[in-house]
Amino acid sequence: MAKLILSMDGLVLKEIPLTKERTTIGRKPHNDIQIDNLAVSGEHAVIVTILNDSFLEDLGSTNGTVVNGNPIKKHFLQNNDVVELGKYKLKFIGEAAPTVAGEKADFEKTMVLRPAQIKAAAEQIKAAGGGAQAAVAQRQAAVQQAAASAAATGVADKDAAKPVPAAPAGKQTDTSPAVKPADATAPAPAAAPKPAPAAAPAAAPAGRPGQPLGAIQLLSGGNAGKELELTKPLTTLGKPGVQVAVLTRRPAGYFITHVEGANRPTVNGQQIGAAPHALKDHDVIELAGVKMEFFLKA
Amino acid sequence: MDLSQNLEIATCTDPGMVRSHNEDSIAADPVNGLVVLADGMGGYNAGEVASGMATTVIVTEMRQILANTKPYDVDGASNEEIAGRLVRDQVLKANSSIYQAAQSQSQYAGMGTTLVVCLFYDNRMLVAHLGDSRLYMLRDGAFSQVTRDHSLLQEQIDSGIITPEQAKKAQHKNLVTKALGIDPTVEPEIHEYPTKSGDIYLLCSDGLCDMVEDEDIAMTLQTLGKGNLKLAAQHLVQMANDNGGRDNVSVILVRVLREYPGRRGVMGKVFGWLK
Repeated sequence: MAKLILSMDGLVLKEIPLTKERTTIGRKPHNDIQIDNLAVSGEHAVIVTILNDSFLEDLGSTNGTVVNGNPIKKHFLQNNDVVELGKYKLKFIGEAAPTVAGEKADFEKTMVLRPAQIKAAAEQIKAAGGGAQAAVAQRQAAVQQAAASAAATGVADKDAAKPVPAAPAGKQTDTSPAVKPADATAPAPAAAPKPAPAAAPAAAPAGRPGQPLGAIQLLSGGNAGKELELTKPLTTLGKPGVQVAVLTRRPAGYFITHVEGANRPTVNGQQIGAAPHALKDHDVIELAGVKMEFFLKA
Repeated sequence: MDLSQNLEIATCTDPGMVRSHNEDSIAADPVNGLVVLADGMGGYNAGEVASGMATTVIVTEMRQILANTKPYDVDGASNEEIAGRLVRDQVLKANSSIYQAAQSQSQYAGMGTTLVVCLFYDNRMLVAHLGDSRLYMLRDGAFSQVTRDHSLLQEQIDSGIITPEQAKKAQHKNLVTKALGIDPTVEPEIHEYPTKSGDIYLLCSDGLCDMVEDEDIAMTLQTLGKGNLKLAAQHLVQMANDNGGRDNVSVILVRVLREYPGRRGVMGKVFGWLK
């Protein structure tokens, strides 16, 4: 679902999901998003959301509505658009556009290559890396020509045509060496090992920065008072063969799951089910006869 | 010989967070120690058809054959164990089924599937694979990849064009150089390895290994594999989805509970030579 993030002076005030077909913005209290600021008109603007598309319309406000620095009357909101109302900023976060996700998914779909196609595919990939296949091919050809003629005339212009290490995406060794364009503003050659957005690092670490670190403190048993920080994606607790549970650290928070033993652990006195159980700050877990408290560290 | 008491098998498959349907297909026959995982490709739902055919053909055919023969039986003509040939024959059978379906039905044109098949017998494991679905092994705390992908990326790594680090960021992870059902015939890569009690084998589609770091997979198998294999399988899928789940995710875990020697003892082997 699309949402707006309201902020002032870089400080996030709140997040507003666009659940309604019509979301009004203004100074008066009957608005869906009330911004109590004199620079904001009583009925300032409205966002109409139809399926995945949201449109912002200025309702004839005194000071106008500005999107990405441009005053607008009506505007089709795009992901990351910033709407300015006086000192307040509303950032629009669109729903992950299904078409884009679909294309990406299609690209990542496994495909088979017959040996004859491998060469062609390798070249395609190389070109796809930069996006502008024709332009790059042309430039390469042109620079090669220049290099060749330079070589022929015995002039070695190092700045004009500097060979860089062989194309990493090319399978064949006979690929012409990628050439660094002389003008710095031109896009890098397609063959440069630059990860495209589609190839963003797939596997992110389980514990992301910004996610609060959880810990447990034993409340009973011989080690009462001892504290254990849950830094790993998985931490097992209990006595093997008797009762074991695992605490998993996930982007959505910490979860406890029963692993082995006849009885399942309890959280706040309630036995948990077979599915992972989300842990809240200060939940009390009892496992293999030992009580412990889960808490989030600031 | 019933291997269901010697091997523990857990499976889990999920469409992931992006795809609407699951083109992966998994099958396990615990009695015969056979597990099959396939990751289908092809438009519309042809991928599901191809992977489904692969697992069904291989499991049903192998089940029929293993009802009367043992993988460690020796073929009279060639004096070789039949296991390798058995698996290869069934893979080829699945290949021609898929290929013919793709040829005769226009909506299935171009469909195919990757494949990993493991057959456990006589304290050994035979693995056949095609494409980029993988087999990993956890033994004595060491986690290693057993199969090598048949993919453009792997070929580039092998020839030194790119480093494994660059490969992680490469965008053509999806191009496989071998697959089932694409050509009239195919040659699966087949290897045999001895197994040890306590080993955990992981068969997975690229939806897992592209989304989850090897060390996280290893940690999951180490911490959960012994206590609750099913949970380990679910947790692996969960991790792939937590990291974005851009592809279908399938895992099969096989844990060797105890040894499973073939019927032939030392004497049997001697008789085998004398024959």
